[in-house]
This record gives sequence, C-alpha cells and structure tokens, in this order.
Amino acid sequence: MTKFEINDCHKKTIKEICESFGNKRSELINILHKTQGHFGYLPEPVQLEIALNLNMPLAKIYGVVSFYSFFTMTPKGKFPVSVCMGTACYVRGAEKIVEALEKELKIKVGGVTQDGKFSLDCLRCIGACGLAPVIMIGEEVHGRLEPQMIKDIIKKYE
Amino acid sequence: METIKLTIDNRQVEVPKGTTILQAAHQAGINIPSLCYMNLPYLAQEHKPGSCRVCVVEIPGRKNLVPACATECTDEMKVLSHSLRAINARRTVVELLLSDHPKDCLICPSSGNCELQKLSITMGIREINSVENAAMSTYRKDASPALNRNMDKCVMCRSCETVCNEIQTVGALSAVNRGFMSVVAPAFEQELTDSPCTFCGQCVAVCPTGALTAVDNTFHVIRALADPNKYVVVQTAPAVRAALGEEFGYPPGNSVTGKMVAALRSIGFDQVYDTDFAADLTIMEEGTELLDRLSRFLDGDKNVRLPILTSCCPAWVNFFETNYPDMLDVPSTARSPQQMFGAIAKTYMAEKLGIKREDMVVVSVMPCLAKKYECQRDEFKVDGNPDVDYAITTRELAHLIKIGNIDFNTLKEEDFDRPMGESTGAGLIFGVTGGVIEAATRTAYELFTGKKLEKVDFHELRGMEGIRTASVNFDGTYIHIGIAHTLGNARKLLDGIRKGMYNFHAIEIMACPGGCIGGGGQPLHRGNSIVLKARMDAIYKEDFNKPIRKSHENPEIIKLYEEFLGKPLSEKSHKLLHTHYFSHPKK
Repeated sequence: MTKFEINDCHKKTIKEICESFGNKRSELINILHKTQGHFGYLPEPVQLEIALNLNMPLAKIYGVVSFYSFFTMTPKGKFPVSVCMGTACYVRGAEKIVEALEKELKIKVGGVTQDGKFSLDCLRCIGACGLAPVIMIGEEVHGRLEPQMIKDIIKKYE
Repeated sequence: METIKLTIDNRQVEVPKGTTILQAAHQAGINIPSLCYMNLPYLAQEHKPGSCRVCVVEIPGRKNLVPACATECTDEMKVLSHSLRAINARRTVVELLLSDHPKDCLICPSSGNCELQKLSITMGIREINSVENAAMSTYRKDASPALNRNMDKCVMCRSCETVCNEIQTVGALSAVNRGFMSVVAPAFEQELTDSPCTFCGQCVAVCPTGALTAVDNTFHVIRALADPNKYVVVQTAPAVRAALGEEFGYPPGNSVTGKMVAALRSIGFDQVYDTDFAADLTIMEEGTELLDRLSRFLDGDKNVRLPILTSCCPAWVNFFETNYPDMLDVPSTARSPQQMFGAIAKTYMAEKLGIKREDMVVVSVMPCLAKKYECQRDEFKVDGNPDVDYAITTRELAHLIKIGNIDFNTLKEEDFDRPMGESTGAGLIFGVTGGVIEAATRTAYELFTGKKLEKVDFHELRGMEGIRTASVNFDGTYIHIGIAHTLGNARKLLDGIRKGMYNFHAIEIMACPGGCIGGGGQPLHRGNSIVLKARMDAIYKEDFNKPIRKSHENPEIIKLYEEFLGKPLSEKSHKLLHTHYFSHPKK
C-alpha cells in the first residue's frame, strides 16, 4: 500500500471542510466525519492538516480518531466487508464467518487486500437479526450465512 | 457571596456556592482520598475528570455514591465520607486499579512517591480479588534524553495531559485509543523525541504513579567519581538548595546551601562549584546584549529586534524552536548558566587546574529535566566531548546523598570552592520567576545610567501571577519588562508580540510554574502552590542576606574577564558563551 501524499488540492478540501464548521475545535468530530467521507479514511497528513487549520494539537486529534471505531486510518477496500457481531449474529456463528472471510481474503479484521479490493471489519448490530448471521459488502446485505458460502459470495465481487 | 451550609461526617461546614464536596471536606479538615484530581489554583487550573472514582462519598437518600471532586455542595446536604458503603466502594475502585497495574513496587522508580501506593497503604489493601492469571494491558516503553514513559503504570488520571495541553500548551500528549488499550501518548503514538515535547518535565511533576519518570543518571555519576583518572566537578543550580531539604524531612522553604555543599564534598566531588557563578556570567553577557540592542533601538536603529527574550530555560528554548521558528533571532544568544558553566569549566578552569578536557567530568545538579536534554545538544560539545557530562535532578542528588551513607541532617555547613563557587544574590534569584530579569535589571541599570543602584530589590518584578509587566525607571528612560512563567503564558506573550500588541524591551520566560523552583526535577510538588511559594521565599531571603547582590560586582567574574574572556560579547565570549537556535517545527 502506498503512503498517502497530501497535495494542495487535498489541503484546499480540508480547509473548506474546516471552514464550513467555522474552524471550531468543538466541531472536530463533525469535521473528521466529513473529511473521512471525502478521503475514505484519515491518514496522518490529513490529520496534521486539520490540526493546522483548527490550531490544535495533533495528539488531541489522533486521540479522537483512535477513540472512535468509526474513524479509520487505513483505507477501506473498494468493497468494504462488515461482519455483524451483534448478539443474534454472534450466537449464530458470526465468529466462524469472520474466520472464513479472513481465510478467503487472506487478511485480518481491520486489514485491506493487496489489490485494495476488499477490506474487512466487524461492527455491531445492523438491525437484520432475523437474517443472522449477517455481513454487509458495500451496501448489500448477505444473511443466513454458513462459513462455506463465503467463497461464492466473494467471487461475485471479483 | 452566597454561602451554603452542609454537614460532612457530622461536621458543620459553610462554603461559598459552587464549592465541591472535596474542597469543602478539605476545609473541614477531612481528607477524602483522591487520585485523578489535581488543583493548581495559582494557574487557575482545576483538573477533575472524575475518572478514578476514588473520592466517592455517600449522600444518604441518593441511590448512587458520588465523586466528591466533581459534585457541588447543596444547602443542607449531608455527606458521609467514610460510611461502610463508601469505604467498600473506594476499596473496590483501588483494587480494580491495582488489578491492572504492575506489582513491581519494590523496584519502581516512583516507589515511595506513588499516590496509588499511598492509597493502597492507607486503605490497608492486602489482597487483590482479580481473576487468576488475567491478562494485563501492556504498552511499549518510550525513552527520551530527559524522561521515560511506562504506560503500564498509567492510571489514566490524565493530569499530564492537562498540564501538557492546558498549562504548557505544548500539546505533545493526549489520551489515545479506548478501553484497556487506552494510554496517554503523542500523536500516532510516535516517540516523545519526535513529538513537540519540550522536556519541561511538568508531566513528571504531576504524574501520581511511575508512568512518567525522569531519566536517572545517578550511576553514571557514581562511576565517574570512582574513576581515578577523572576529575569530577559539580555545579548546583539556584533552585536546588531551596528544595533539597524536603527530601530529608525539612519543611518546604528551608534553604540548605551549606549542608548541600558539605554533602557533595563528602560524596567525593573534586570541586564543588555553583551554577550561580555562571548565572552571574549570564547576566554579564545577556545584560550587555540587552543594553546593546537597547541603545541601538534608542538611537533609532530600525533593524534591532526587541524585546530581547531570556534564553536560560532549555524547555523554553525547545518551545520556541518548535513553535516560533520565525522568531529565532529574538531571544538572547546567551547560553544558559548550566552550559556557560560547562564551557568555562572545561577551558578556563581545566587550564588553571592543569587537567585535560577529556579527563574532566562536569556534573550539574538541576531542578530540571530539560537540562538533561540540553547538555546533550551537539552545539555544546567539543569533538564529541560535552561541556556538561551529566545533569542530575534535585531528587537524584538526594538519592546520591543517601547512597553515600551521609546523615544529611547532622552535616556541618560548608562553603563552595573558589573561583567558580563565588556568586551574588543576583545569580541566586535565577531560580524563581522574575529573577533573571531582576538580576539583569540590577546590572543593566548601573551600566546604563552609570549610577549606583541604591534599592536592589525590585518587588514589582516578583510574584506568582502567570504574566506580569513592569516599567523600570532607568534614570528617566523607562524600560518595559514582561515576565511569564509556564509555556502557556509564554505563548500568550509571544502571540501578542507577533501581532505587535506589546512594546516590551525585555521579556523573561521560564517554563515551569514559579520558575525553576517548580521544575520537573524538584521534589514532586504535584501542583502544591504553598510549597512553591515557600521555596520562592527561601530564595529571596538568601539573596537578601548575600553580601554582594549584583552580578557585575562578583570578584571572580571580574577576574574571569580580566584573565580570560576580555569583555562581554568578545570573540571568546561568543565562542564559549553564546549559541544559535534551530528551527524544529513539529505539531
């Protein structure tokens, strides 16, 4: 994976996002949310740029980014795979699904495949308990899963 | 002011509205234990994250116990600080903290000084009901030239974070990650040396446990003393003598200069010198630089950079190199007294004593952690040999005295060796906020006006307020002076100067609260302003009783210029006593 290099265009975008929230430190979470929406993730140079715009310590920004599981410093794949670990999915074998996905994609939870196509994450209940265990790939939901079904599902996206 | 009456443990208390239970209890002589709470009234900073829950108390009728530090008193409130329920909850809290804390107290650098250890002792905790073989959160250790981080011992009180961000505005530390993974760390969990950390050491001064500790050079010094081929000289900073006694049971505010000298001699240092001597030398150089810039300014020279900023404080130097790279030509180029001492010791003194530079070891005893970093800077080395070999703190000196089996309290007072132990009251007050500029004023006044200064004490420059200003009458010319202590206040002044808000001629800045007396290398003050004030008074008292109180009247300084340096700002002075600054922008 190549290192994110920030350019003037990126800096302009970040400046505009910060300005749209009045450059207020109290709006940090909103600013991070919007910035991640734009870049897909929050690499170090992006956080530094936000720090410069808001005139606040970089350590504080990293503190917030590392606290909330929604924020990520690694880019997501083209097809982000999210495994529901809510109670219903968990008791119906979500862990086995995670194992199967890790094996199939050859990455760990939190990782991205070499080709940047898939990333793998866990999340809490997505409200589809009737279909447990459930995964989401992009915006699509796949339910009532068994570990041996994973191979074919992933194939559809390749 | 509206007041509130309440009862704590059957004791009636009357407090102003807005007072917390913890403060009210303290007023009533009830010490509710706390861990994460920190109050710095003289810095207007009360840190009460309410995260440790050690201070929980019972209020009959309320369902839950409340944290005393974060709960305001209400009228007719009844508080039970030691009901069975409160005691049990407090014990559980401490047991849980201990369950995820290393149990290596016997060899911990903070042993004996640890608030968590004290809590455990106070509560008589004898066993910890944790799951057998349960995993403990661990985190990599981080070492820097001045301080060490061991996050396994962090209790997440976040006092360091408040000091680093709110008081010092350095912004090197923040709580990161969450749950068991949470630690206090620099951005991206990089090492301190890559962060904007200035090594001021105030985080160490407030850390209740062994999570943040000073680098310990005690054994380097012991080895140097044992080496028959080394000639070991020691210098002691002004603030050290005002606090060292605290490590031997003296109440704060007792200056122990004579005993300290006797102890150092007894430990085996070949020469016991005084950094105050070098402070006098600093005044000669920095004062002359001030007068030079001032006269050029008064003559209408538009290129002259004013105000001149003091440069004695190494954390402050690190701070402006990191945060104000556009203003590197504003501070005085004069080295700090520690480094001036080293440079003179390894040239002038070495020559006088007939010792080769590489055979001389210069040890400095400092109230400061940044001094450990400063003496390692490349510009203060000659062919790799540093002017100052080891900087140890006041706490390390106390340790050294104990290792040396010296009964400090029965020592007879002794005097420093000459020539580099000769000093004036002006050199001594370098240890308190406002002291450097007062010392400079005493000398600059006489050099500027050509008249004798009758009133040596400049009370308008003294005090504990974070930012102070004064105008001193130099025989008709008013010199405007600014003083700031803590880096947060320094930032306020610097930002004002950048915007052209001030017209100061000279500004003194010290990174630590109260100046060096509140340094990160002193017996831990943990924000206690009474201790700081007592140390400050001790310094001014000693200055008052000094026979010579102006740096330029120090006979050994006069001799040093006659025999060796020529005059202030001479070529030799520039080479040995001045420095240049580097831009290190970091966020």
